[in-house]
Amino acid sequence: MENFYYTLIIPVILFFTFVFTGLLGRKFKPLFSGMVCTASIFISTALSWYTAYQYFFVQGKVDGAYKLINVFNLEWLRFNETLSIDIGILLDPISVMMLVVITTVSLMVHLYSLGYMKGDPGFSRYYAFLSLFTFSMLGLVLSVNIFMTYMFWELVGVSSYLLIGHYYDKPSAVSASKKAFIVTRFADLGFLIGILLLSAYAGSFDFNELTNPQGSAILQSASVTFMGLSAVTWALILIFIGCAGKSAMFPLHIWLPDAMEGPTPVSALIHAATMVVAGVYLIARLFPLYIFTSPQALEVVAYVGAFTSLFAAVIACTQTDIKRVLAFSTISQIGYMMVALGVSGYGGEEGLGYMASMFHLFTHAMFKALLFLGAGSIIHAIHTNEICDMGNLRKYMPVTHITFLIACLAIAGIPPLSGFFSKDEILVAVIEKNFFLFIVQYIVAGLTAFYMFRLYFIVFWNKEKKYEHEPHESPSIMLITLVFLAVCSAVAGFIPFSEFVTSDGLPFVTHIHMKVAVPTVTLAVIGILTAFFLYKKESTSPDKIKNSLGLIYRSAYRKFYIDEVYMFVTKKIIFNMISVPIAWFDRNVIDSSMNGIAAATNFISEKIKYLQSGQLQQYAFVMVAGMILIFLLTVYLITL
Amino acid sequence: MDLIFLILIPVLTVFAIILTDSKAQARIAAVAGTGIQLMLSIYLVILYLMERSSGNIEQMLFSNKYVWFTSLNIYFSTGVDGISVSLILLTGIITFTGVLASWDVDYLYKEFFISLIVLATGVFGFFISLDLFTMFLFYELAVIPMYLLIGIWGSGKKEYSAMKLTLMLMGASAILLVGLLGIYSYSSPTGLTPLTFNIIEIAQIDIPIEAQRYFFPMIFIGFGVLGALFPFHTWSPDGHASAPTAVSMLHAGVLMKMGGYGCLRVAMYLLPEAANEMAWIFIILTSISIVYGAFGAIVQKDLKYINAYSSVSHCGLVLFAVLMSNEIAMNGAVLQMISHGLMTALFFALIGMIYGRTHTRDIRNMSGLMKMMPFLAVCYMIAGFASLGLPGLSGFVAEMTIFVGAFQNADLFHRGVTVLACSSIVITAVYILRVVAKILLGPADKSMPAGMTDAVWNEKAVTVILIIAIAGMGLAPLWLSDMILNSLEPVVQKLTLLK
Amino acid sequence: MTEVVGIQHFMVLSTLMFFIGVYGFLTRKNLITILLSIELILNSVNINFVAFNKYLYPENLGGHFFAMFVIAVAATEVAVAIAIIISLYRKLKMIDVENVNEMKY
Repeated sequence: MENFYYTLIIPVILFFTFVFTGLLGRKFKPLFSGMVCTASIFISTALSWYTAYQYFFVQGKVDGAYKLINVFNLEWLRFNETLSIDIGILLDPISVMMLVVITTVSLMVHLYSLGYMKGDPGFSRYYAFLSLFTFSMLGLVLSVNIFMTYMFWELVGVSSYLLIGHYYDKPSAVSASKKAFIVTRFADLGFLIGILLLSAYAGSFDFNELTNPQGSAILQSASVTFMGLSAVTWALILIFIGCAGKSAMFPLHIWLPDAMEGPTPVSALIHAATMVVAGVYLIARLFPLYIFTSPQALEVVAYVGAFTSLFAAVIACTQTDIKRVLAFSTISQIGYMMVALGVSGYGGEEGLGYMASMFHLFTHAMFKALLFLGAGSIIHAIHTNEICDMGNLRKYMPVTHITFLIACLAIAGIPPLSGFFSKDEILVAVIEKNFFLFIVQYIVAGLTAFYMFRLYFIVFWNKEKKYEHEPHESPSIMLITLVFLAVCSAVAGFIPFSEFVTSDGLPFVTHIHMKVAVPTVTLAVIGILTAFFLYKKESTSPDKIKNSLGLIYRSAYRKFYIDEVYMFVTKKIIFNMISVPIAWFDRNVIDSSMNGIAAATNFISEKIKYLQSGQLQQYAFVMVAGMILIFLLTVYLITL
Repeated sequence: MDLIFLILIPVLTVFAIILTDSKAQARIAAVAGTGIQLMLSIYLVILYLMERSSGNIEQMLFSNKYVWFTSLNIYFSTGVDGISVSLILLTGIITFTGVLASWDVDYLYKEFFISLIVLATGVFGFFISLDLFTMFLFYELAVIPMYLLIGIWGSGKKEYSAMKLTLMLMGASAILLVGLLGIYSYSSPTGLTPLTFNIIEIAQIDIPIEAQRYFFPMIFIGFGVLGALFPFHTWSPDGHASAPTAVSMLHAGVLMKMGGYGCLRVAMYLLPEAANEMAWIFIILTSISIVYGAFGAIVQKDLKYINAYSSVSHCGLVLFAVLMSNEIAMNGAVLQMISHGLMTALFFALIGMIYGRTHTRDIRNMSGLMKMMPFLAVCYMIAGFASLGLPGLSGFVAEMTIFVGAFQNADLFHRGVTVLACSSIVITAVYILRVVAKILLGPADKSMPAGMTDAVWNEKAVTVILIIAIAGMGLAPLWLSDMILNSLEPVVQKLTLLK
Repeated sequence: MTEVVGIQHFMVLSTLMFFIGVYGFLTRKNLITILLSIELILNSVNINFVAFNKYLYPENLGGHFFAMFVIAVAATEVAVAIAIIISLYRKLKMIDVENVNEMKY
């Protein structure tokens, strides 16, 4: 009956594909590697959908609630009797949901890249890394053990590093990949210490153990305190730092806009739909632990999320690079998910925020992937990222235009597209708990509509620019994926999500709350109309507004100087104030003291060498004198 | 299996090399000898695992005893447990790859291979000895050829570096010798049995705490200098930078491990009370090593210096874990020795190969090597990822075991230093990626010598063997870690009994 | 002249010879003279050997034998020393000990 062993194939096939294309890719024609990888991701996707079907409709429900199913559990590294890193597969509503999202988006990206990356010298390398990434991401969501999550967490970090640095002869790509890796690595340090701290009190790395509301981890661990907060709160806040790094929360968001140096499909897959939501996923995974042991940590999550979403939305309104606008939009939307998790309760209707967060994660993956792939299609056509160089593209790229419009409407939250439903759930969840956060999120909803349509109108309407050669619609393989994702973004909102994914596994029913929905949609329409009047035709009013905002605009355009602060800290403080002095200290103090010992020995022997004069009679004199001295001393001692 | 073969084979190899009369013959003899040695090491591991699984729970397996000097009760006793077996395997791998990596030595090739193999003999002898006296003897046997290898076949300030390295290690071994003799002098508390150097016998005896307080620091520093303990690590950057490729590999790969092994086997095992009492001093020193080495590596410009400082940091982690005196951390220490041995050998081998093509080790003068020598560049990246602790490669297993173990100590001091040690993983990422970005990626440098080729067969063999070992350990660590864990029990028992 | 020559006379003689020899060894610069001084020292020892043998253990001949050995050794020593002095003279054209200081530091 409960037999999900075939789920093992979903990630493992991708690992073997990675090894195969990674080692032998150069021996084949590039297209062959691409086909192999696409075929294997296709198998994974099919299996994932089958798993979802089996889990949600056939086998997953026990007594009306969705259960955690531990498909298998293999000891990978044993520390002692209780602590070990296990490798295994855990199925529960969120992991199955993520399985579907990851494989589907990944399949789309694989297909899309067949067209987008055509002719690229690193074609098979690109596909190998895509497989590696998908493998690690699947491993991350399926993990049974928080240490296994950490392992795959690192692996997705590395595959993201490798893919951002795909164009490795471009210095900007190289430094962007480095930055992404180091910033997330820094956050992972928090994650690691959090795990260590958690395991020290909970005595286990196992998710089953950690998140069981009746388990020892939750019941026993709140007792120890450190600096006013319980140790578990510290651990959970540290884990949240890890999540914040991966999910680009303020102030660790700086790597994500730069990560747009990678190929656009990669941005769609990693930096919009899957990897960046890993932080949200991990908090959802540990949600019982958060809610039962440490509401303070959840509050941190909520406020950081809210601030980030506002902050990123403001910046997104000013950026002129199409992918950076989308990147800041991603940050802002992930902030939404974090807020929803942060205000959520546990069980039934209380857990609305949890469900809404997962719902938004799901819909966001669809429409954001679509936005990025659409942007990729545009970039493919006119070879620039700057929106100032675009205009009136709807004439040349009708399919891209329509799909992009659908995605924009979805993210702006216009009914009946998917974004409307998930955003509505989030806002309902927030207004029930915290009115202040609701106001923030409400403003962000308006800003979202504005900056997305600003982008849309500038790119597809506005004045036509001079193009080097006439823009053309992308190849059909790319368009197919766009259309598919557009359909998904349009209809995904009708999935009764609360019947599948809830905080405690028990389904409940949700409705649309007119009280929240009407003002939100109104605000979104106002945002869209503002963008329409400002950007539909070329006009001078945007510039006037820019000038009147002055300093505020400039600092938002420069991303509030966060990058500069980081550069100052890393270059000036860490490099010049710590590393350089340490290297100097090592060479000049420690090494010199060692050399000094040698020099002192040398100096002394230099001084006493003159005793060895070579004068025979001097030696003899010393000898005789010595003999006489000894003689006298002996006589003296005897007579004493 | 008789462990004496592990020493006999290198000795026979040395004679074989003496008898050869051309470069081709000499290197074939060396490769064959070290190859047999590698096979023997693998065979030993298999034999060991079989013996254990058949229920043999003696602390030391395959033990044997040869008379050395009866009147002082000195024997050459041999025997291995999981720790030494795994380190012997490491030594086997690195010696073999080291010989392969020095395929093109032209100057005095016979003497080069002989010194290299004598060095390896010392290391093998050290790991199979159960007698403090012979342990010390083999330690010295390993250090002396180092002087010749760096002084004659090195580069740069080779005489200076060789002298510095040898003098510092000799100074340390003088202190060490005093400590060992001190243990010897207390090894018969009743006076009825003769004094002994045998580790297993001494472990049964309680040395008075007053005496332990003197000898523990001596032995720990004596071995610690070899394990690059701050502030006695400065021989390592200069030594590594001047040494020829194979010597750097052997040196960082196995010689520095003798330090960690000695600290574990002698200092912690035989002097547990003093170890518990004085560990904090050395924990502070090793924590400094870890962070300091990593920060030091960030600003270096010479590839070998970067790696040398990185070794200081990683070997600091070994000693740090040894001092944490619990099972998990010590297991991590041994794993880290093996992991660091493999990856640093890979690093030095690759640096040697890159240097052989670009004729520079200055990272400012290199760029875009990925375009010119993709094979070596990819291997360098893998080594880098292993070093920064990517899961699936060996570094992750070792570091995580250490951190988890160190965190088991519940007091704030231990946890604080553990957090400090953890922070090294970020700094490691910084200096590794800095090098990768600077020399491998980026646009190809036009000023590089023309006509650079990718790896040839022996270089491919070296890197592939080492990468397989690193990935093997990283993907399936359980058998190795279990083997070590079981052997750590006696040590940990002595330490925890006293707490 | 009734007083018998006693052991003390021999001892005084040998002591005088010894110190004259030492004095000569320390002060003379000429290598030949130094060699002669050494002969004096050796012979003072010989006198002691023979004298002690005569007065303390007249039944043994050990002291005589030893004196013989010393004479033999002194003879070989002189041969070697003269050889060294000659070759030094050939090299330096003189035999002043102060200039023979090649073996310093």
